[in-house]
Amino acid sequence: MALRILRRTAIFVVSVAVASIAVFLFMAVLPGDPAQVALGVNATPELLAQTRHEFGIDRPLTTQYLDWMRGVVTGDFGRSYVTRDLIGPQLVDRLGVTLWLVGAGMVVALIVAIPFGSFAAVRHRKASGTLISGLSQLGVAIPAFLAGILLVQLFAVQWKLLPSGGWTPPNQNFGEFVRGLILPASSLGLVQGAVLTRYVRSAVLDTLNEDYLRTARAKGLRPGQALRRHGLRNAAVPVVTVLGLQLTTLLIGAVVVERVFVLPGLGSMLLDSVAARDLLTVQGIVLVLVVAALLVNFVVDLLYTVIDPRLRRS
Amino acid sequence: MVTTETRRRTPTLVVGTILVVLVVLAALVSFIWTPHDALRVDASIRLMGPSGDYLLGTDKFGRDMVSQIMVGARTTLYVGIVAVGVAALIGTPLGILAGMTRWLGEFIMRVNDLVLAFPALLLAIMFGAVFGASTLTAMIAIGIATVPSFARIARSGTLQVMSTEYVLAARAAGRRGLRIAVRHVLPNISGLLIVQGSVSFAIAVLSEAALSFLGFGTRPPTPSWGRMLQESQELLAVQPRLALVPGVAIAIAVLGFNLLGDGLRDRLDPKLAGRR
Repeated sequence: MALRILRRTAIFVVSVAVASIAVFLFMAVLPGDPAQVALGVNATPELLAQTRHEFGIDRPLTTQYLDWMRGVVTGDFGRSYVTRDLIGPQLVDRLGVTLWLVGAGMVVALIVAIPFGSFAAVRHRKASGTLISGLSQLGVAIPAFLAGILLVQLFAVQWKLLPSGGWTPPNQNFGEFVRGLILPASSLGLVQGAVLTRYVRSAVLDTLNEDYLRTARAKGLRPGQALRRHGLRNAAVPVVTVLGLQLTTLLIGAVVVERVFVLPGLGSMLLDSVAARDLLTVQGIVLVLVVAALLVNFVVDLLYTVIDPRLRRS
Repeated sequence: MVTTETRRRTPTLVVGTILVVLVVLAALVSFIWTPHDALRVDASIRLMGPSGDYLLGTDKFGRDMVSQIMVGARTTLYVGIVAVGVAALIGTPLGILAGMTRWLGEFIMRVNDLVLAFPALLLAIMFGAVFGASTLTAMIAIGIATVPSFARIARSGTLQVMSTEYVLAARAAGRRGLRIAVRHVLPNISGLLIVQGSVSFAIAVLSEAALSFLGFGTRPPTPSWGRMLQESQELLAVQPRLALVPGVAIAIAVLGFNLLGDGLRDRLDPKLAGRR
């Protein structure tokens, strides 16, 4: 098992290194000169050369990359070519907003998926179970941003119950923070919950056929009791894996939902930086998102080994 | 053989097929006929509600919604076909190769995991930043992001086929790798690939809609369901219809391809019927 963890860790580290090189090269081959973008078309050649030197983009690519990475591991993502501000602190701020959104979305997804998925599994031969399966299919087909638009229309425009967008930091006014988070988190979470419902259903359906559940029934437990005490924990193993992998989907889904609800998260920062051709900032955000995805995969992989002892042998 | 079990589950396949055919028909018919010119801007009839002449009304530029949805179906299918095509053409051979070799296979799957860390949307935004936003960059980005799914499914299918006795017999008869791949592996995993294709198609449609919504997909004036949604956002309070119409169209297409994929999977493997 130690060998497996060691091997996985090595693969993770190499993946992060390769991914960072890929992101760096991708941005480096970009047509257009960041100095020119920053200064405009009327800049003199001397000023351009000076700015290039200032940005450090007149050096060899390997030096640039190593320098960038040396900064990144200490949290220094460099200075924006456009605003000349430090990228790191802003990145941390924005990431905070996105993580709140993703976390709340995950909670909504679980609240939807666990009861509905279990119910659909227990009733899988009845009309009510089929109805939930059908609804989850429909939920999967609705893009998160569409769900967001519809929720805004109902809860913000028609019934005026919740704000249609904007962000209040939790330490400023917690009530407003929660109110503002409900709609974005729901649009992200309901769709993800529909996806998750299908996995919960399938996992519970699998455990329903297990011998130990029949034994529990034979001991006199009612079907619901047997499922709660013995079934759900076993069904949790595959669901946890899917949940982990869905984190990545949620992180990317957040990019779009942030745009709908005007939230100052990492996604809107990415889109704004692309629009402003603020390349170093784009590079930093993409790196953070990709490393987050790799990290989630890595952790899920390790968790899997811990949860399921059968995997430890391989 | 169709057992009672599969026949009972066939609704998925039937509904999926109907929805997909609906979208394909809308796209095909739009080449020869639409109720109005989908691109004609006419300020005098802007934001008209549904009527006999304009069944779903007009948008903020006075363009007919029905015609736009029909022409938009083309964009949707176009994106799906190219994205899934790119993914299948690259992913399938890589997956088979990974299933038939040891060290190379391990390497391919590691690279695969790496690509998996770049979701379609992120890749498309990066491509958009470098090459400029267009339907083509969106399609290629979505396609590349889908390669890992195909490679994975092709590899797991290949591993299964390679352990069968007929492959053993073929190897005993001195058949070489490429020949085994083409004669035995590919035909046996084609069902899996078709299912994956249908599911990936649904994901591609969703991604294109999201990208167009963000302004990284189809450029105006080409009609696209995602962009119709984006254009509707400012008028949401007064005209929710503008968002509902393209929203329903997207849901129909995605639901159709998802159900089609599920239905096909159940047909291929009745044991799995109704599971996922």
